[in-house]
Amino acid sequence: MNARDFQRTMPEAGEHLRRRPGLWSYTRLDGWLLALLLILCGVGLLILYSASGQDMGYVSRQAVRMAAGFLVMIVLARMSPRFIGRWAIWFYVAGVALLVAVLLFGVGAKGAQRWIALPGFRFQPSEIMKLALPLMLAYYLANRPLPPRMKHIFISLVLVGMPTVLIMKQPDLGTSLLIAASGIFVLLFSGILWRYVFAALGLAAAALPGLWMVMKDYQKQRVLTFLDPESDPLGSGWNIIQSKTAIGSGGVTGKGWLHGTQSQLDFLPESHTDFIIAVVAEELGLVGVLALLLLYLLIIARGLMIAVNAQDCFGRLVAGSVTLTFFVYVFVNIGMVSGLLPVVGVPLPMVSYGGTSIVTLMAGFGLLMSVHSHRAMLLR
Amino acid sequence: MASEQLEKEPIQEALHQARGWRLGLVLVALLLIAGAIAGKMFSLNVQEQEFLQSQGDARSLRTVQQPAHRGLIVDRNGEPLAVSAPVATVWADPAKTDLQHPSLGKLASALSLNRQRMIKRLADNRSRRFLYLKRQVSPEVAERIRQLDVPGIHVDREYKRYYPAAEVTSHLVGFTNLDGEGAEGVELAYDDWLRAEAGQQLVMKDRLGRTIKHIRSVSPAQHGKELKLTVDLRLQYLAYRELKAAVQAHNADGGSLVMLDAASGEVLAMVNQPSYNPNDPSQRRSAALRNRALTDTFEPGSTMKPLTMAAALMSGKYSLDSKVDTSPGYLRLKGHTIRDHRNYGVLDLTGIITKSSNVGTTKLALSLDEGSVRNMMYNVGLGQVTGTGFPGERTGVLPFLQAKQVVERATMSYGYGLSVTALQLAQSYLPLANHGILKPVSLVKGMEGDKPLRVMPGQVADEVLQMMETVTQRGGTGRRATVPGYRVGGKTGTTHKVGGSGYLDDQYMSVFAGIAPVSNPRLVTVVMVDNPKGQEYYGGEVAAPVFSRSMAGALRLLNVTPDSWPENNTQVVSR
Repeated sequence: MNARDFQRTMPEAGEHLRRRPGLWSYTRLDGWLLALLLILCGVGLLILYSASGQDMGYVSRQAVRMAAGFLVMIVLARMSPRFIGRWAIWFYVAGVALLVAVLLFGVGAKGAQRWIALPGFRFQPSEIMKLALPLMLAYYLANRPLPPRMKHIFISLVLVGMPTVLIMKQPDLGTSLLIAASGIFVLLFSGILWRYVFAALGLAAAALPGLWMVMKDYQKQRVLTFLDPESDPLGSGWNIIQSKTAIGSGGVTGKGWLHGTQSQLDFLPESHTDFIIAVVAEELGLVGVLALLLLYLLIIARGLMIAVNAQDCFGRLVAGSVTLTFFVYVFVNIGMVSGLLPVVGVPLPMVSYGGTSIVTLMAGFGLLMSVHSHRAMLLR
Repeated sequence: MASEQLEKEPIQEALHQARGWRLGLVLVALLLIAGAIAGKMFSLNVQEQEFLQSQGDARSLRTVQQPAHRGLIVDRNGEPLAVSAPVATVWADPAKTDLQHPSLGKLASALSLNRQRMIKRLADNRSRRFLYLKRQVSPEVAERIRQLDVPGIHVDREYKRYYPAAEVTSHLVGFTNLDGEGAEGVELAYDDWLRAEAGQQLVMKDRLGRTIKHIRSVSPAQHGKELKLTVDLRLQYLAYRELKAAVQAHNADGGSLVMLDAASGEVLAMVNQPSYNPNDPSQRRSAALRNRALTDTFEPGSTMKPLTMAAALMSGKYSLDSKVDTSPGYLRLKGHTIRDHRNYGVLDLTGIITKSSNVGTTKLALSLDEGSVRNMMYNVGLGQVTGTGFPGERTGVLPFLQAKQVVERATMSYGYGLSVTALQLAQSYLPLANHGILKPVSLVKGMEGDKPLRVMPGQVADEVLQMMETVTQRGGTGRRATVPGYRVGGKTGTTHKVGGSGYLDDQYMSVFAGIAPVSNPRLVTVVMVDNPKGQEYYGGEVAAPVFSRSMAGALRLLNVTPDSWPENNTQVVSR
């Protein structure tokens, strides 16, 4: 007796698990996640309006990107995880090919070669890889015995390493670390043995001096600046000193929306992109920052819940990786702006002004929704 | 289908086992990290708030100067002599100036600077934070530069001093330096009064130095106070024109003209040659800068004879009828010879003045107490500064003489052996014009000089004035000082200039000091021409015509009632 026959003979079985039929269930969206994301996007636009110096142009362009992100999310939510999994390998191969292409024919800005220019628009292949890598790894490991063996771990590391090195070459350290992290998260969730984890940590610690050797001068400078921003206050330390000043001068309740002096008067560099959290801190104070942080944590909590409740291994690995990567975004960005971490170019999700990362993140949430809403498939 | 189920079963089992503690670990890690972020934010926002807040204010709050303008200088009728016009100062912050900026060329041409040189200057001073590009730029140019909006180029409002009457009032008014401080003349003497106090204002500025918001005023801007001079710009123009014409015509080294109000002692006009345009800094050469009427002294010569005469009349030994024998036209004193132009024979007192007899004056002076001539000169203000408070004013020399110094006493009585300024000379004639009362001179309205002082009986003053009128009449030395329609009294003076080794034979100071109208004196005027070259050099030839023309214009401008209608000027009022 197959599932279809079973359902035909006993129509009431599993009724309590079944979704309510109708338009909403047809969309396969997750209500909680959607609501939280809509709130975050709304808050993000308000903050951007202030941070961009009350420029509606920025706000409307950002809104268009968010709309595009929601569209991608809705489309991905409709697709079944199995379907997505089957395409993962091609997705990954295409991503790596584009990364090679970017090194060969890419266009650059500020000394880095990150974009591929097509007639009409240009995009960063590294953004594709942010989703392609976790999907590829999840698909690969889900079809292997778990916990993974040494051989599979090695192949996984090669799969992680290729895009990471390619992106590091652009050079874009922040993105390459994010992508490496998204791959590592998949490995972690796959139930990798703890002795391997500790061995890797030991190796990484040993490799740090080597990493220092291959780092570019500006990357070394960032680390040095992080360790002691006051050593070069008008040069590379300026960003971090200014952002700390902006954050601190907000106090508990802040100076009020649109009334921050450091951000509105242009003292805060990159105030509408990577350092936008400083604007929040200055204008809305500690209360505003904590509220925003809570919003992020709720989204992450919902993501982890989806991962935990996932019914197959692929879905769980993808959901866990996407959620943790999202968390890394938030943590690295706020950590860097507040002086906890060195400055690496990571935007604050949904709030920082900037194109492709929003669409990528939304696509990630689309995957989460797909994983969650296709659970009951077997019972249908 | 079934085999697939079976294959997945153990995996699901393993996952369920791992799920519990692995997920817990992840959650703990996430919460720890979130806690770290929240903690860092707390420390920045709460614990370091005060320090970081002050750091923030230090970046954005600035005290800026509110420019205030210097006080106006006006003449007695309110005509402006010195005004403060708004201008702009353009300065650069070389460290922040973008040397590649496309508008730098436009900036250079707006400031009429050489583009290459300007950029080089900016590049050479890269380490500095302040560099004047150009000062005293017109408001239109300043607006154009503001619109170019080149980063690091700033425009500040300032005031530039402008002198509408230029060289006509330059010696009197003086000028200010680039920083707006008085440097010469009244601008220097009354700097405290005229000076403006720039206000301080707390403003919020953005990173590019643009003012965003005014927070509050720290101290208000205080404009300088207006200063009203006693001079009359119309008379000043008139006097300047006449003096300049004479100095040019006689190819003289220089000259001064001082015109006083007889009753109040107020200076109505004070001009000098050579002069300069205070609006053009390149003309500010030291020789031209001197207000010679105050800073240059000369021996007054025969213009002192009326004062000696007044002393003689005051002594009671002489009256208008007294006669003095001046023959044979010279007088020997201790090996010195005092000469007249020719032998005038027996003269009455009026005749001594009319003919300007040195011998007659000497005989009068030596018959008086040894101090009386000097006392008269001292009482009318010679040898002392006047009350104008003008910088660089000289006192001149008025020596004490003893009874046995007969030669010195004799020469002093006709104006040698002492030195005066043109202003002192004019002041010394005030009591003669004002029935014996001296009202010391003043230059600024509302700042009265000393109290009026009677220095001789009114009758004496009037008698001396009558004598002086004969100088401008037939047989007098100052015939060319007459003013049509008015009775004029005065005295000529011609002295040898003093060189390195005594008196110079061929260089003269040509002086005329006079009063008009004699019937009811209104004006006292002194004209001094320094070293006229050519056929004419006597006071009656060089200085007297200047006196005549400037007095004629001044009396007309002041609507002074004429003593008689000039015959050739009679008009038919009705047919």
